[in-house]
Amino acid sequence: MAENVWILGIHMTRFGKHKDKDTLDLGAEAVFGALQDAGVTMRDIGVIGAGNLFGTGFGQQLQKQVGQTGIPVYNVANACATGATALRVAIMAVKAGEAGLGLAVGAEKLSGAGLLTGNVSRASKAHWERQGRYGAVAALDGRVGTETMPGVFAQIGMEYNHRYGGADFELFARISEKNHAHSTLNPNATYQKAMSLEQIMNDVMIAYPNTRPMCSANCDGAAAAVVVGEARLRTLSLEQQRRAVKVSASVLTTDPWQEACQVLPDVNTLTRAAAATAYEQAGVGPGDLDLVELHDCFATAELVHYDNLGLCEPGGAVDFFNSGAPWRDGRLPVNVSGGLQSKGHPIAATGIANVWEVATHLRGEAGPRQIDGARVGLAHVIGLGSACGVHILEKAA
Amino acid sequence: MALINFQCDLLGSDVERIPLVDYLVLGDDPYLVAQECTGCGARYFDRRTACAGCSQREFRPVEVARAGTLRTFTIVAFAAEGIPVPFVVGVVDCDGTSVRGNIVNVAPDPEHVTLGMKVRLTTVHVGTDESGVEAVGYGFEPAT
Repeated sequence: MAENVWILGIHMTRFGKHKDKDTLDLGAEAVFGALQDAGVTMRDIGVIGAGNLFGTGFGQQLQKQVGQTGIPVYNVANACATGATALRVAIMAVKAGEAGLGLAVGAEKLSGAGLLTGNVSRASKAHWERQGRYGAVAALDGRVGTETMPGVFAQIGMEYNHRYGGADFELFARISEKNHAHSTLNPNATYQKAMSLEQIMNDVMIAYPNTRPMCSANCDGAAAAVVVGEARLRTLSLEQQRRAVKVSASVLTTDPWQEACQVLPDVNTLTRAAAATAYEQAGVGPGDLDLVELHDCFATAELVHYDNLGLCEPGGAVDFFNSGAPWRDGRLPVNVSGGLQSKGHPIAATGIANVWEVATHLRGEAGPRQIDGARVGLAHVIGLGSACGVHILEKAA
Repeated sequence: MALINFQCDLLGSDVERIPLVDYLVLGDDPYLVAQECTGCGARYFDRRTACAGCSQREFRPVEVARAGTLRTFTIVAFAAEGIPVPFVVGVVDCDGTSVRGNIVNVAPDPEHVTLGMKVRLTTVHVGTDESGVEAVGYGFEPAT
């Protein structure tokens, strides 16, 4: 059995518009923040997992700003699960004994990026020409379904409603109302304003039932973590050991084939599989969790993941929400950071920032939004395509 | 797997037509054709290398039911430049085969588009190129 891995230090930059900082500035800020938090330097790090979805060679470029020590860099890309993938690379390297300390970092500049998919040019050609694996003679976005993320995730939420009922436009908007309310306590969030149900429902419609505030906010940001094996941790100071957070489970899955999964992305099966594996690895169940940060890239997505992560009975996501459970004063607080809808979603940073949020509560350092007595938490991300990352974290005994 | 040539020009027609996608078969009674894995029965609409379900590499073309029920949908109000909005898209359960498509010939609002509604396949005009060839796409319209 490989040894346990712990988070020794972790940091996220403020999410939002960073006009004067580029991806490397943000990445470096996160790295130095994590190193300082861990009480180590770049010289102690044996491996880097680096994520930046819209760039290339990010890890090496970042090394040139923070320290070129000759250690291996793994540049990873897994859509919205990129940050979690970078973290998993560092964790796997430490677990395998190939590195004493590992560093994971994710950074993205997305302010004002608009729709990230479905932007294929519609310029017409002089003569029809069959292209791609569908032999399409014209761009298919808008002609055969939608390629936009708000539209894809709207269908994912509506499909859940078709299967189980009870989830109308208002219910999805109320999920968003919760997350925007939570964000008012998070100084790192892009948007920190509470929004009324009426404001949310009357805002600009993007893809029914998702209005603008029900969509994740494009923003700039970075996050980084330093991980260490348990034996090495025990040689460090008592203060480092006290603040270290145990990685009780670290799981990455892709979607196994299901009927329709190539027609509309299936974000459910791989999340359920990741959650089941994570609970088994950690030896805990959903009932043991004190808080969850899940991938609410759209309000419609948050609903299905209550179910996928086993926070409720199968089919019971609407009842779970209506019970008040996922509010910060509820039975199982979900997205007390404000979630991606208000905190923001700088893609490659998100999977580490979610872990930072949970770790910060477990350390008792979350300030006014602290979930009192938090001992176990779960962080979840999903990247379409698909990849799902689930990490379960536990407070040091 | 041998790809079938789906470009079936209308015999006797003045206008030459081409389907928007290979899996749309034009003619008097247009239909969609799926590539069905001979191993496990999984169905696909794109050019296949192997089956994602069982990794076997043989397929046979099968006609997909023209009628179905709307399993999920969204009304897209914000899209890339040049795409007229709003429009309705969804997934239609065609007798066990899920199909992605636009929902057409219906008002694009949640009062007229509902989960579980019965729909049927229809064709839509995409455009005409400089040689006068018309590209034809498909959609699903209310079956009532």
